[in-house]
Amino acid sequence: MSISALNVSKRFGDFVALDDVSVEVETGSLTALLGPSGSGKSTLLRVIAGLETPDSGQIRIADEPMDGRAPQDRGVGFVFQHYAAFKHMTVHDNIAFGMKIRKRPRAEIKARVAELLELVQLQGLAERYPSQLSGGQRQRMGLARALAVDPKVLLLDEPFGALDARVRSELRIWLRRLHDETHTTTVIVTHDQEEAMEVADRVVLMQHGRVEQSGPPLELYERPANPFVMSFVGQANRIGDGWVRPHDVQVLLEPNGTTREALVSRLVHLGFEVRAELVRDDGTPLSVQLTRDEAERLELEAGQIVYIRPTRETVFGS
Amino acid sequence: MPSAALRRWSVRSVALGYLLVVLMGPLAMLFWRVWAEGLGQAWSAVTEADTLHAFQVTLEIAAIAVPLNTIFGVVCGLAIVRRRFPGKGLVNAFVDLPLALSPVVVGLSLFLLYGRTGWFGPWLTDHGVRVLFALPSMVLATVFVSVPYVAREVIPTLREIGDEQEQAAHTLGASGWQTFWRITLPSIRWAVIYGVVVTTARCLGEYGAVAIVSGSISGRTETATLRVQDYYENIDQAGSFGVSLVLALIAIAVLVLMTLLKPKEGTA
Repeated sequence: MSISALNVSKRFGDFVALDDVSVEVETGSLTALLGPSGSGKSTLLRVIAGLETPDSGQIRIADEPMDGRAPQDRGVGFVFQHYAAFKHMTVHDNIAFGMKIRKRPRAEIKARVAELLELVQLQGLAERYPSQLSGGQRQRMGLARALAVDPKVLLLDEPFGALDARVRSELRIWLRRLHDETHTTTVIVTHDQEEAMEVADRVVLMQHGRVEQSGPPLELYERPANPFVMSFVGQANRIGDGWVRPHDVQVLLEPNGTTREALVSRLVHLGFEVRAELVRDDGTPLSVQLTRDEAERLELEAGQIVYIRPTRETVFGS
Repeated sequence: MPSAALRRWSVRSVALGYLLVVLMGPLAMLFWRVWAEGLGQAWSAVTEADTLHAFQVTLEIAAIAVPLNTIFGVVCGLAIVRRRFPGKGLVNAFVDLPLALSPVVVGLSLFLLYGRTGWFGPWLTDHGVRVLFALPSMVLATVFVSVPYVAREVIPTLREIGDEQEQAAHTLGASGWQTFWRITLPSIRWAVIYGVVVTTARCLGEYGAVAIVSGSISGRTETATLRVQDYYENIDQAGSFGVSLVLALIAIAVLVLMTLLKPKEGTA
């Protein structure tokens, strides 16, 4: 089911959380709302869920206007950053909650919970309480609980934000696989551009309550609309009027007329990738990404003078 | 470190000595006096018809006041923690008023309100409703003094658990009412139970406000605490000590109950 936000605005006192935001989420897609903290991405998700009321504008889910509709009548599944597990209920009862509210027959609930436990790989933990689970397990329980009511759309608010890096990346891959199986329209809020790029079909990048750019991840990376998008989605160096990605810089040992001089101030070895922190002849820093092979071929070391040339530069009109 | 050990030891003995002198001493004295006066005498005072009636009145009052203040405390706690409304700060402050106000003043204000020259008094008398020197005023007085306890237990617990679980229940299809019964109340249950125990203790022990509005008529409007006073004024020491002892035993039972409940608070 599609989701549309049409000219949505929301203020909290003097703070403008959403400033005339319009976003389209296609049926069956996985869309990431990306942005720094305070950009309004979580507020937009909560407005879609009905957990916040917009000051103006409209939310439509499956082309139906949601004006004045309570969260329980919107057919959304919501996953919270801090899990919002029902602490006094077992894993089984947490997952069954929505179905019990809907007064589904007991046999159906039992079968569905078993199915979901398997889907989120929590078999055998049905009788545990949330306090007996790890963070990752709790969040998978949260997902199963949201999926149990067959939501029209699945909304995830920084779902992996409270987990450590390893569990995070595992769950990301798992979420993408889950989406490929279920095709539930999903919106995920994240401040982590890597997470957004990895899981989402479309990324909506927000700042100061406004949408800066939206589109497929690659488009945002390759054709950023402005310097903010350029530097938020991946790293970027500023060179004069232009911007350049760290991997779009050629490093040479001899000048060739189009190059400029730079000093290697620091080398960071990150396995396959080597990051060289350079200082250009005008004193500005420049971060360059090389493969290990390239770095070895050039025999780079700190304190060395090299000659650089951007191979691909982006200039934004003012 | 001997000096640290000494300091720790002296702090402990001061704290313990204080408790002993201020709390345990009088209680022990009570037990001893009942023993000295003779258990039989105390027992016959406790089982006297008027005394039994006094206990019954105390229980009746508590049976009305405790449920009322439990409901009020939970609703008030929810309103203060979860809602925004004008005058919220005032409500929050007023819940604590009975803690600051002397029960005697409470009794006196009720007297002024429901007395023959009070605002409600004449109208109620005309309609044949007796408030003063009867159960209604005693209930009103007890409800007043025991208002804060459930709310004060519930409010911090509600703040601590936050409203995410409630929001999650909403997104899963639960109405406000369903969310309250299935999520909110189970989450704060230990705080509510603890509040109920404290409220009950407060109701059973109430003296000042009830003393003024009840008229202390033996066999009619006398509560257990008033009965103690009654015996005492009539120089029946065995009687007053006997009834006091029963109240003290109830207090100890409450204390034990509270200690049993307290550690569970955190796991709720």
